[in-house]
Amino acid sequence: MTACPDKAELLHGLLDNELDVAHARELEAHIAACPACAEALSELRALRALLAQPSLRHTAPAALRARILADIGAVDPLRHVAKPQGRRWSPQLRRWGGAGMGVAIAASLLLMVAPFDRDAGLERELVAGHVRSLQAQHLLDVPTSDHHTVKPWFAGKLDYSPPVPELAAAGFPLQGGRLDYVAGRPVAALVYRHGAHVLNLYVWPGEGPRQPAFEARDGYNLMRWRDGGMAYWAVSDVGAEEMHAFATALAGAVAAQNPGKP
Amino acid sequence: MRGDETADRTRRFQDLVLIHLDAAYGLARCMTRDPVAAEDIVQDAFLRAHRAFDGFRGGDARAWLLTIVRNNVRSWAAARRDRAEQALESVPGQGADIADEAAPTPEAWLAAQEDAADLRTLIEGLPPAFRETLLLREMEEMSYRDIAAVTGAPVGTVMSRLARARDLLAAAWRRREAGETR
Repeated sequence: MTACPDKAELLHGLLDNELDVAHARELEAHIAACPACAEALSELRALRALLAQPSLRHTAPAALRARILADIGAVDPLRHVAKPQGRRWSPQLRRWGGAGMGVAIAASLLLMVAPFDRDAGLERELVAGHVRSLQAQHLLDVPTSDHHTVKPWFAGKLDYSPPVPELAAAGFPLQGGRLDYVAGRPVAALVYRHGAHVLNLYVWPGEGPRQPAFEARDGYNLMRWRDGGMAYWAVSDVGAEEMHAFATALAGAVAAQNPGKP
Repeated sequence: MRGDETADRTRRFQDLVLIHLDAAYGLARCMTRDPVAAEDIVQDAFLRAHRAFDGFRGGDARAWLLTIVRNNVRSWAAARRDRAEQALESVPGQGADIADEAAPTPEAWLAAQEDAADLRTLIEGLPPAFRETLLLREMEEMSYRDIAAVTGAPVGTVMSRLARARDLLAAAWRRREAGETR
């Protein structure tokens, strides 16, 4: 259906939150009374949902990143093509590791990156869960950015209460939550977004390293840590730096929610 | 001390600029439709950005970087056109521009998209000015103002390009869906 000619472009402004309050109100009032414009707007929303598919996003090849790092002097250009040192590290980390520990980026990164005991089965499950969440319509059971809605939603479904912090201020807005099965038990999966990337955070009562430990598997990055009796696993295709920023922001927010608790 | 300063600058560059590598690559890739050219363009853009980094005074590093990428894409497209049209005398300034004039009518465009198998192909088939605007808005979620800064177009033009890009895409997608269910 075709929108009113004088409103057609404004609908895009409304969709993109680019109209000032007065114009937005006026247009919304019009839409409420005009089926054609209402349908046009819902078609735009449908298109937006279509364009949100992660598969439409390009990720820069690892080799390109390597060349740029060499260009800007972040790694030793002669050695950044160092041979693989086993499958423990992601290509990225392997490259940085191979370039020598003295390198600035490696030094800053490796301080927080400790290879953790591999629990390959669990890792595989978590990555599979992440991938599955991106493919099907199963990203969210409770789609809301309001953590006050997400937290009670879990109450009837889990025998523990996961912390559900909002991290929009750190660049990771909460998208909602989902129930997932990991290691034979239902666990809370919280979904955050970072730019165009989706980040799944699994939380359950369990063990883990105090300092976030980093691992890569099948092109995804995993980070795990323990905080207040809860095991946290974050899975995403965002970079190691962003994963660390996420873990830091989350730990800060959890600490702020539970003042006084260890 | 000098070594420390260099290391610090490099680290700042990575924190502020290199984190937008995927955005830069996505823009170059979608605009060139050529993975190899996209890599060259992005690598060169980062070199330029790194060289100019001392002059970067805060603000939106992503918009700054994407402006450089976009300029590289334009140079690349112009060089390609020059090679393709060596016989023709090029009009100064015209070759390097991403112009609305090149936009086909919706009908002509739709007819040309007959074979587009998926959404990505459809997006990559959009006229360049629409494609880059749509990409910056939908993939990078940039504001009209930032898109205007990167593309050098007025904000009103950004909105009308977005409107046309979405209308073309929506029409093509509708037609595709209709074809599939038939």
